[in-house]
Amino acid sequence: MGVRIERIDLPGFGVRNDVITGSGCRVSVVSLRSGERDLAFFNADDPDSNAASISLTDDEASAIAEVLGSSLTLSRLSALGEKAEGLFNEEISLPNGSDFVGHPMGDMKARTLTSASIVAIVRGNDVVASPGPEVIFETGDVIVAVGTRQGLDALGKLINNGPS
Amino acid sequence: MHETTQLLIEVGALLLVLSMLGRVAARFGFSAIPLYLLAGLAVGEGGLLPLQASEEFFEVGSQIGVILLLAMLGLEYSADELMSNLKTSRISGILDGVFNALPGALFAILLGWEPAAVVALAGVTWVSSSGVIAKVVRDLGRLGNRETPVILSILVMEDLAMAFYLPVLSALVIGAGLMQGAITVAIAVAVVVTILYIALRHGRVLSRLLPQKNAEALLLGVVGLTMLVAGLAEAVNVSAAVGAFLVGIAISGPVAHQSAQLITPLRDLFAAVFFVFFGISTSPADIIPVLLPAFALAVLTIGTKAFSGYMAAKRAGIAVPGRWRTGLALTPRGEFSIVIAGLAVGAGIEPLLAPLATAYVLMTIIAGPLLARVPDTAWFKAKVRKTASAPPTTPVATR
Repeated sequence: MGVRIERIDLPGFGVRNDVITGSGCRVSVVSLRSGERDLAFFNADDPDSNAASISLTDDEASAIAEVLGSSLTLSRLSALGEKAEGLFNEEISLPNGSDFVGHPMGDMKARTLTSASIVAIVRGNDVVASPGPEVIFETGDVIVAVGTRQGLDALGKLINNGPS
Repeated sequence: MHETTQLLIEVGALLLVLSMLGRVAARFGFSAIPLYLLAGLAVGEGGLLPLQASEEFFEVGSQIGVILLLAMLGLEYSADELMSNLKTSRISGILDGVFNALPGALFAILLGWEPAAVVALAGVTWVSSSGVIAKVVRDLGRLGNRETPVILSILVMEDLAMAFYLPVLSALVIGAGLMQGAITVAIAVAVVVTILYIALRHGRVLSRLLPQKNAEALLLGVVGLTMLVAGLAEAVNVSAAVGAFLVGIAISGPVAHQSAQLITPLRDLFAAVFFVFFGISTSPADIIPVLLPAFALAVLTIGTKAFSGYMAAKRAGIAVPGRWRTGLALTPRGEFSIVIAGLAVGAGIEPLLAPLATAYVLMTIIAGPLLARVPDTAWFKAKVRKTASAPPTTPVATR
């Protein structure tokens, strides 16, 4: 993953980190000493100026980082499964307020009911790999499962509808 | 009425007025400094409502204001930033100095002023206002722009240059003979180099002495140390402002970050007092005759500043629109120009300097942030595109 990141000092303010994407776009993250972050995108007309600059608080910045970061882990995981034919994998978010939250994974009886296997749980920036039946679900968990198309569809229903 | 009672009433009323002025300035998105200066003019000698008991308070407060202003400036830069800027932006810094100090100096010579006043006016026109420009760049959402490091590095170079300029000026305004003056300047420069060296190399030791965990003790420690060093620097004619600036640079790492947060509100208070006092010590009646010269000087040096900024951005490989943004953003002069004029006037040289500097700073500080917005306007963009498309411009990739 050879992503080019340039670091530029902004004396008195903090630092600016530029990420140049493969398509030639520049995304700048200005990290201010106060902890705030400015996210800036380059302007095609005028390469030195930014087209938009968004001020983010510390929390907002880490939320965006999390969203960007977790989708990255997921896409990496899904790239693995495409090699075996007939076997699919899917990421299914546990709905907010799901009845499974707070209960061990074993209670879901996912494999028994749907024949799909839960291979990982993505929790924020962490991944619980090959979770055992004792792992307790938390709000915001994303379940990564492997199985046949029908099995995964059934698992999706089970997760979304809750225990019957 | 009792003297102290009168003082409380005057200080309180004036601070309240400043607060309202600050709100007005923030509402329209410009610096409050010109309004503070005007408020000072109004309550000074010959103003609308002369102060009775609190002038001394404002005088002492204004000195603390300068010290805190400079200490904060030092705190904002790390030693690494200073050194790397010195490497990459030397030439731009020198161009900036030549193109902006010389017009001031020539102007003072034309007016027939004495050498110390010539040097002082050169400084007034040279240094841009770090505070105002940093705010403008931030407000216009240009922190992510590629030309912004060029702007900031010029500000750093100017501030660093001030560490040498101010002691030289203070030696000059004392007005000793040529030989003695040279010795004083030499001593002053030697002291600055020594302190700068210690600050850059052994700043960590100093930072470790300060209590990082205890906010109250840290505040007292930093303010105490700053005032002490400022006083000692003044005693050897290096100028209190430079002493404070050097203390700011010497404090590094997390201690610097925390100190900056603790001092900011204190700095805001006393810096306002400083600008007010400068207004107080200037008589409004003296300003009217210098309005025209000040205007001429402002037009001239806004032009030279825009030019030297444009060139600095060009050297850094910035395209034409970014060069204009750089040049025009750098035009406001502010706190340093007032510090320089204050230093010169305090020593009793050239009575016209204070009113001229006040009028000059008022003009550039109001015009500057407006000019900085010009490159964002549609007609300016269209114009730049038109001229740029005629002869193809090749960005120079020097760094």
